[in-house]
Amino acid sequence: MTVPRLPVLDDGVGRRGQGPADEPAPERARDPGGRAPPRGQEGRRAFLQTAAAGAALAAFSGCGGLDEFFRRHFRELGPEELKAVLARIERRNQERFGRATTVRADGPRPGVEFGYGLDLSRCVGCRRCVYACARENNQSRRHPQIHWIQVLEMDKDHGVDLTHADLYYEADAVPRPGKFYFPVQCQQCRNPPCVKACPTRATWQEQDGIVVVDYDWCIGCRCCMSACPYGARHFNWAQPTLAPEELNPDQHYLGNRPRPKGVVEKCTFCIQRTRRGLYPACLEACPVGARKFGNLLDPESEIRKVMETKRVFVFKEDLATHPKFFYFYAT
Amino acid sequence: MRSTHARFLLLAGAALATPALAGDAPPAHAGERLVQAEPPPFSEGIYPCSSCHKDLPPNAERRELAFHDEQQAIFSHDAQHRWCLDCHDLNNRDVLHLSSGAPVRFEESYLLCGQCHGDKLRDWRLGVHGKRVGRWDGEKTYFLCVNCHNPHAPRFKGVEEVVVAGKKTVAPTQTFLKPEPRPVRPEEQRR
Amino acid sequence: MSGIPGFLLGCGREVTTGRRGYWLWVAFLLASIAVGAACYAYQARVGLIATNMRDDVSWAFYIGNFTFLVGVAAAAVLLVVPAYVYQWKPIKEVVVLGELLAVSALTMCLLFILVDMGRPDRFLHIVPLVGTPNWPRSMLTWDALVLNLYLLLNLALVLYLLFKTYRGRPYSKQVFLPLVLLSIPVAISTHTVTAFLYNGMAARPYWNASILAPRFIASAFCSGPAVMIILFQLLRRAFRFDIKDEAIWKIAELMAYAMFLNLFLLGAELFKEYYSATEHLLYTRYFWQGLGEHRALVPYAWLSLTCSLAAFVLFLVPRTRQNFLTLNLGCLLIWAGVYVEKGMGLIIPGFTPSTLGQIYPYTPTWVEWGIAVGVFGVGFLVFTVLVKIAVPILVGSFTAPDPARVESPGATPAPMH
Repeated sequence: MTVPRLPVLDDGVGRRGQGPADEPAPERARDPGGRAPPRGQEGRRAFLQTAAAGAALAAFSGCGGLDEFFRRHFRELGPEELKAVLARIERRNQERFGRATTVRADGPRPGVEFGYGLDLSRCVGCRRCVYACARENNQSRRHPQIHWIQVLEMDKDHGVDLTHADLYYEADAVPRPGKFYFPVQCQQCRNPPCVKACPTRATWQEQDGIVVVDYDWCIGCRCCMSACPYGARHFNWAQPTLAPEELNPDQHYLGNRPRPKGVVEKCTFCIQRTRRGLYPACLEACPVGARKFGNLLDPESEIRKVMETKRVFVFKEDLATHPKFFYFYAT
Repeated sequence: MRSTHARFLLLAGAALATPALAGDAPPAHAGERLVQAEPPPFSEGIYPCSSCHKDLPPNAERRELAFHDEQQAIFSHDAQHRWCLDCHDLNNRDVLHLSSGAPVRFEESYLLCGQCHGDKLRDWRLGVHGKRVGRWDGEKTYFLCVNCHNPHAPRFKGVEEVVVAGKKTVAPTQTFLKPEPRPVRPEEQRR
Repeated sequence: MSGIPGFLLGCGREVTTGRRGYWLWVAFLLASIAVGAACYAYQARVGLIATNMRDDVSWAFYIGNFTFLVGVAAAAVLLVVPAYVYQWKPIKEVVVLGELLAVSALTMCLLFILVDMGRPDRFLHIVPLVGTPNWPRSMLTWDALVLNLYLLLNLALVLYLLFKTYRGRPYSKQVFLPLVLLSIPVAISTHTVTAFLYNGMAARPYWNASILAPRFIASAFCSGPAVMIILFQLLRRAFRFDIKDEAIWKIAELMAYAMFLNLFLLGAELFKEYYSATEHLLYTRYFWQGLGEHRALVPYAWLSLTCSLAAFVLFLVPRTRQNFLTLNLGCLLIWAGVYVEKGMGLIIPGFTPSTLGQIYPYTPTWVEWGIAVGVFGVGFLVFTVLVKIAVPILVGSFTAPDPARVESPGATPAPMH
């Protein structure tokens, strides 16, 4: 069974002249940054950037530091610049939380496109995934409380129907009679409307299919949040609240590193885990095995087996976002 | 006494020597390594079953037992038609048996479950049914049916983490899971 | 170019001389700006959590105001078309004031965007060459482009015209006319692109309707010129500015057509939603009827409709259109109607219910009100200052000193246009 692949969105930043979208550059597997080498335009861009930024410097110096202000887009950073950026974040983590952290920027693996399966006949609505995700991904605990996974309680009488869906259900025991549960998180769409809407290319889709956000590039305009049909993107309305002892020190630049105020974040399929071969935290937390994850390009993977043996569907399919998050009923 | 001893040793030997039925454990494909989780613990002091049953005469008649209240109280595994000896072996309580009579070790109880629940067994072998943890591209741990389903009351209610032989695993509970707290509503998110 | 320092000094003089009414007005505006600045300082410190925007309703009061003001800015076109395309002289005299209104409205638009951003310190990321604008796919980059283009175009036109008039020189039609005619498609494109910003979002069925862009244009042409009608009457009285009644009535007549179109398009939208009655009806119902116990917007919906209908009648009937009392009442009514329609009537129902079917009843906080007051203060102050400079130039009381007034042979004497 071949899984039809739409070409990964190529918006041209940092990948000009690299060839077809589904032929990853051979050096990606080893390059810790996993991005294309800088193009020849970097000189001109750097000059213009310096000239223009110098004018704005007087007004904005002190906002995050000079080197951050002058920084280029993540996908244009060379290996040395990337190392400096990661080191700066580790230092900032130390200042903010008093803890040593490791911030990586592992690139996508060739021949991998991540897919997710969710068994609606199994989910009991316990929300263990929600909180495991919050812990793994250093989400703000309150003011605001950010959850990347939202579990909807739906009526069996109505099926998947958002007019009979409750996000705020409370119970002493789940599943409640007559109800079933529908978790929603970023669907990592192949045709992501958020990437289309972002005015600064602060969000883009990586080669392994994960839609990522560069928290240091986002301007906080929230176009992406309006564009997302799944409510999967969340905003840091205030400085995130995270106690030092709650910090997960194993971090990825595009994933679970602590975010600043005023930027958007969302599920990244636990990029810091999955790019190193581990299952996402939500899958490991699920007590009923409702979550499935793997490489869509590997015919032997669990997710492909799900698609072969069960009937999968995607959420809001009429919007042609082509999600890589597949719902199914095993029974 | 000597003949009873001998019979016990013979049966124990047979049980231990029974090979796993080939091809029924979850298969690993290229680059994968499947590790079985520890099964949940038996009831306190109950195993090995033969320590009591070697001295008890086998009685195949369906009845209410004088012992094993814990299991009988909750028994709901097709209680109308099935009872203990449909799964537990009449002559050797340290093993289970298939409908053919062939003995099955407790560690491979999924073979027994799979007789009736063939579609679940097929799904479970592929990783479609049931939980796996570890690496999607390498070593992963799969769980046995009994880690989540109490064989005497198999309908899933909840699970809890337990430690068996120094390793973390899960065991089924008789109570449903309590959900984690609901998310804060937008109007409650105030400075 | 000589005479510029003199011109600038003269502008400074014009702005700093005025009667009591003027200074009270300026003081009031400065106070509003101070309130806005204080509120913004608080918001910049604690974050946008100071507003009532949350994940479910991620755009609200600021963006609602922005949308309304883009329409106001586009309304200058309603003057430019009859003046320069149809060569209707009575309106030609007042086009520049429409352009000044556009400049002020655009300033407010850009400020509302700035106060709504989570990281305004990173605005350079959207600028071409120094940043990485996602052009042409992102509608916001188009919006930034056309809004700034329209602003620069209007500033260029206004400065060129006023400076030439100040110096008593004729303006070059070859320079002026193409730019003015260019401002027509640019103005229409500002509001169309803003409409496309919402229209293009498949995730929001309330906005994802082809009718949005035409409705935006129609409501822009209703609301923007209403300010000018009131302003012209004030200027006539204060500066003996000769604006003919016919000009004002013609603008009002054009507005009446725009109002009809706006109401017709509203009717078309309501038919589609209520007749097809798909799940998407929920957003419209939230606004006009409420959903369950969530009925906060309903009074505003019907108020807006009443105001728009009443204004339409007043503008349509020649007797009420030409009576300045009813005309001004109509102007206030249409402003109220379109303001609610573009703010509460467009943005909030687009998000309610959310993409996952949940309802968050949004109302602005005092911080949002404060900042909005401040931004309007800035806009009105910009408009006041520009008008305070422009009107004396146009009536001829602020002109260059004699040596700078060069009369070239055969030139047309000091024109207004």
